[in-house]
Amino acid sequence: MSALAHVPIGSGQSASPPPAARSGRYRLLPYLLLLPGAAWLVLFFAVPLVQLAAASLYDPTGSISTGYVLTWAFDNYPTALRAYWPQFARSFLYAGIALVLALLMGYPLAYAIAQKAGRWKNLLLVCVIAPMFTSFLVRTLAWKTILSDNGWLVGLLRDVHLLGPDGRLLATPIAVVLGLTYNFLPFLVLPLYASLERLDYRLLEASSDLYASPLKTFRRVTLPLSMPGLIAGTLLFFIPATGDYINAELLGTPNEYMIGNVIDSAFLVRLDYPQGAALSFLLMSTILAVVFVYLRRAGTEEVL
Amino acid sequence: MSRLARWFAEHWVMGVALLVLGYLFLPIAVVAALSFNRPSSRLSYDFNEFTLDNWRNPCATSDMCDAVLRSVQIGFLATVAATVLGTLMAFALARHRFRGRSGLNVLIFLPMATPELVMGTSLLALFVSGGVPLGFWTIVIAHVMFCVSFVVVTVKARLSGMDRRLEEAAMDLYASEWQTFRRITLPLVLPGIVAAALLAFSLSFDDFIITNFNSGTTVTFPMYVWGAAQRGIPPQVNVIGTAMFGVALLLVLATSLRGRRARRATIVPAPAQGNGRP
Repeated sequence: MSALAHVPIGSGQSASPPPAARSGRYRLLPYLLLLPGAAWLVLFFAVPLVQLAAASLYDPTGSISTGYVLTWAFDNYPTALRAYWPQFARSFLYAGIALVLALLMGYPLAYAIAQKAGRWKNLLLVCVIAPMFTSFLVRTLAWKTILSDNGWLVGLLRDVHLLGPDGRLLATPIAVVLGLTYNFLPFLVLPLYASLERLDYRLLEASSDLYASPLKTFRRVTLPLSMPGLIAGTLLFFIPATGDYINAELLGTPNEYMIGNVIDSAFLVRLDYPQGAALSFLLMSTILAVVFVYLRRAGTEEVL
Repeated sequence: MSRLARWFAEHWVMGVALLVLGYLFLPIAVVAALSFNRPSSRLSYDFNEFTLDNWRNPCATSDMCDAVLRSVQIGFLATVAATVLGTLMAFALARHRFRGRSGLNVLIFLPMATPELVMGTSLLALFVSGGVPLGFWTIVIAHVMFCVSFVVVTVKARLSGMDRRLEEAAMDLYASEWQTFRRITLPLVLPGIVAAALLAFSLSFDDFIITNFNSGTTVTFPMYVWGAAQRGIPPQVNVIGTAMFGVALLLVLATSLRGRRARRATIVPAPAQGNGRP
């Protein structure tokens, strides 16, 4: 009986293409299934990007009330960049520092859950996701309490003289980077965990049996094998962190503003659409360029 | 000494991991604590005095509850639409060959890799140039847009992990296509669809950046918190934050318990029941 079950007679037959009589309907079916969703994405994701590109080339002297004219004003780009390059550079700097911090914290965490947690694996995994259940903004405001000048953390750091007597954490670059690290850490940990979970522990044992030091085992075995997760995780961390402006607004001061703060005010406060669109488009192109170079250097293109 | 060193070598990773988990949970603990706080002034973020008032009247500031309600409505509409559109696309991608497949994959992947800031501003540019009034429905449109891709990915993963032979067996046993879909395919894919819907709802409910650009004067919960951060946060915000955390945690624990029970049921043969059905 069980031997019969393995002979793929029945399954072989029904796995063959559907009868010719139905093929006309079957050829159309995938397009019908795709049409509503794809149309939505084209209409509300792709077309708006084109509109954004067009808006970045509007005549900068126009306004919402008088209307904008598309004059191919490429000057909008250098003008915007000259005015806001510090914020632009700061976005990438802060996101980069936060990424390094997140890797230092996230790699051990993902590794411990994947390889060391045993039957606690699922519980620890829930613990990584659970903080995201609370609203992003509410969590970030909680950091305001933790880092506040009369909070226990600042008090402790002042007592051990890591901070001067008037030293503070809130409204400094440290607070903004800490907030970025915190808010996007789970996006780094989850793909990394997925990679490390598939890692065969016997390979690590084999490596140490062959007299590799723990450090060498990590560099030559663990790290290369976790590469796909590492790449996916760094991208999922870096892209939203660069475009974030909530942390800079709530935990920093205008001195820590990132490009997102500038774009937000260009669109919603100063109502300077050409400039906002130019900066927004510039942000996307720069991120795409960084991602592209990174993927080439990392040598794995299967993530895309 | 060497035993201590070995113990340390074996366990330091776990130690670091637990510290990082502590870092992840620290703000949650603060949110929970502040939900029992009677703040000394509106702009103070420090713990002052214990009280149960915030939990007794979570709607003391009625704008906040209106905003929460509006977020739930938007989340519900966006979740239904995104789940339907995304599930249909996932079926097409997992089950059919067609032209333009790679282009479609890019179209689905890109919204997940684009900064929210760019999606929000570009939609705003579209709505403004088209003269569309910003408000409730532009928020729904935007939320459906960024939720669809996550639904496709989640449902597709479930579909491709499914054993096709079960459907073939049903067809071999003379089930019609519709019966096969209703009785075999749908029940097997349903957990994936439910997971996708929950993900879509949480993405929609928590979205700030895209909403901020496309909301006009409509206030969702994150928008309310953002506005209140300048004027002073009512402690009830922390009640909502804590309650959301609790509800989501219960949901996750309940599904994982059910999953474990289902797995046990497949290992231990269930007693014969309802086998008389043709």
